[in-house]
Amino acid sequence: MDFTYHVEGGDFTNAGSTSSEVKRMLKKLGVSPDIVKRTVVALYEAEVNIVAHAYRGDINVDLEEDKIRIVLADEGPGIPNVDWAMQKGNSTASPKVREMGFGAGMGLPNIKNNSDELHIETEVGKGTTIEFVNYFN
Amino acid sequence: MAEDFHHALQFKYDLCIGCAHCTGVCPTGAIHVEDGHPHLNPNRCVDCGRCYQACPVNAIYIEQDDFNTVYDYKYPVLLLPSIFTAQFEEKIKERTILSAIYHLGFKHVFEVEKSVDFIKEEMKKTVHENNGYKPIISTFCPAVVRLIQVRFPVLVPNLYLVKPPLDLTALYIQKLLTEEDNVPAEDIGIFYVAPCAAKIAAIKSPATEEESPVSGVINMNYLYSKVMRVIKQGEYQLCDDSRIRYHRLTKSSLKFTLTTGEVSLLNEGRNLAIDGIHNVSDFLEKLEDEDIQDIDFLELRACDESCAGGILCANNRFLMAERQRNRMHKSPEEIDAEDNDLLNYVDYLSEHRRVLGTVEPRSMDKMDDNVAVAMKKMRRAFEINQNLPQVDCRICGYQSCKALSEAVVNGQAQIEQCVFVQKAMEHAEKLSLSDSIKTTTKIWGTKKIDPAVIKNLNL
Repeated sequence: MDFTYHVEGGDFTNAGSTSSEVKRMLKKLGVSPDIVKRTVVALYEAEVNIVAHAYRGDINVDLEEDKIRIVLADEGPGIPNVDWAMQKGNSTASPKVREMGFGAGMGLPNIKNNSDELHIETEVGKGTTIEFVNYFN
Repeated sequence: MAEDFHHALQFKYDLCIGCAHCTGVCPTGAIHVEDGHPHLNPNRCVDCGRCYQACPVNAIYIEQDDFNTVYDYKYPVLLLPSIFTAQFEEKIKERTILSAIYHLGFKHVFEVEKSVDFIKEEMKKTVHENNGYKPIISTFCPAVVRLIQVRFPVLVPNLYLVKPPLDLTALYIQKLLTEEDNVPAEDIGIFYVAPCAAKIAAIKSPATEEESPVSGVINMNYLYSKVMRVIKQGEYQLCDDSRIRYHRLTKSSLKFTLTTGEVSLLNEGRNLAIDGIHNVSDFLEKLEDEDIQDIDFLELRACDESCAGGILCANNRFLMAERQRNRMHKSPEEIDAEDNDLLNYVDYLSEHRRVLGTVEPRSMDKMDDNVAVAMKKMRRAFEINQNLPQVDCRICGYQSCKALSEAVVNGQAQIEQCVFVQKAMEHAEKLSLSDSIKTTTKIWGTKKIDPAVIKNLNL
């Protein structure tokens, strides 16, 4: 099954609605609670990244019998150094943002921790595509 | 599949008018209408009692044990939630109420919240070290525990598996009577007065394998009527001070049963109290979505105003909460073992504080045991739902268009049960009028579309 959801940059009111929808589907399939949780954590994180940093994006969810593949493609600023950003604690957030408790540098590491396969493509000034897969068994 | 949940709620079809109000209010979509009456899916129902409140003709009944079984025991003991006295008008004093209860033949009356003085110390020590899952979710309200089992299985590990005041006080009673008073264990009958259906269900079939120490259940409104009658007829003798002294509870014990009763015992962390099953559902949905973070403890109660809003309470919930608070104002902050001798059993209760066994997730959302089949069904249900009107009118007998589409793929319902689809099919000559009437009759019975209606309405 294949679904696409649109995400608007800056729309924090609806941030998380895709992960909520995906969660409902996984529950219907009878996927085990810990895998549902992993998928929701990873997707929520990635979805909020689009809302917080990009102009807009599309989330494509491909649900199969044994796995879920999610591709989040956004138009946005891109990530200058992915390897660096994948390290825990590394963040480009300004001190002002960090003071409020955001930008702890946990976003990408969190997606990695909660997915079985993760692939990131990004181009500065154009956008980022994050693709991750979680297996049900 | 695990054994079906036990439910205290039963429909009385002889009184039911088939209005389906119950179908609409159910937080788990456990009720659908067929043959003119509601049918309950036992694996979805969490005994919250919203249907009981919505029923305009009292056609929902809460089962209880026969009151006469009280007299089968040589030593019948009543385990009374403190909120019981809050049902009465302020002019009827606690002493009068208790005296009337003793008049009914109980050897002892213990208030459930006697164990809260023990719990509050224990909770401060242990609540924040619960297996690393955050937030910790209280298991005080059994309807909430079941709601989490069936609708939010991801949150099952967050449940704080400790015994509620009811079980701890019952353990103390057993210990006290067998050891201090040398009463043989088989002579003791502990009868719990239930403010709601969920507490009854939790006693009759606990969420874990641990058996309840309670011997029988009496519905709170039933006992209220019995006690009122004794009071009105003046048959009782006022009990003396020593007995009354036994019923002193601290402010926090009395508050426990009301909303914020648990969170106000904690002085560290971010702790939140939410009441009302639909509020609780909405919040858990967000929590499961990872939308809410950094909360340490959640006190969740299925009823608005917590136990003062229990469906078996005889009075208005706001008035009951008010009377409970009035009693709190007259009560001490602290109590020692002389006034609450349960505190002499702290070591024993600590040993038994944790619930034995685990609570298992029992997801009701799963469409099939086989993932491939579940996937097919989900896809089909999705397609069907996209073509339904989204009015959620419930004329198909189900709670929503979505619920109908799932029932259709599970072979439990026909798509033409949707009145809009029915009209479209008739229009396209795919369905005859007589078949369409058959479909409607199958859902709602014959009465609602009886030709006599035309005559009665002068049409």
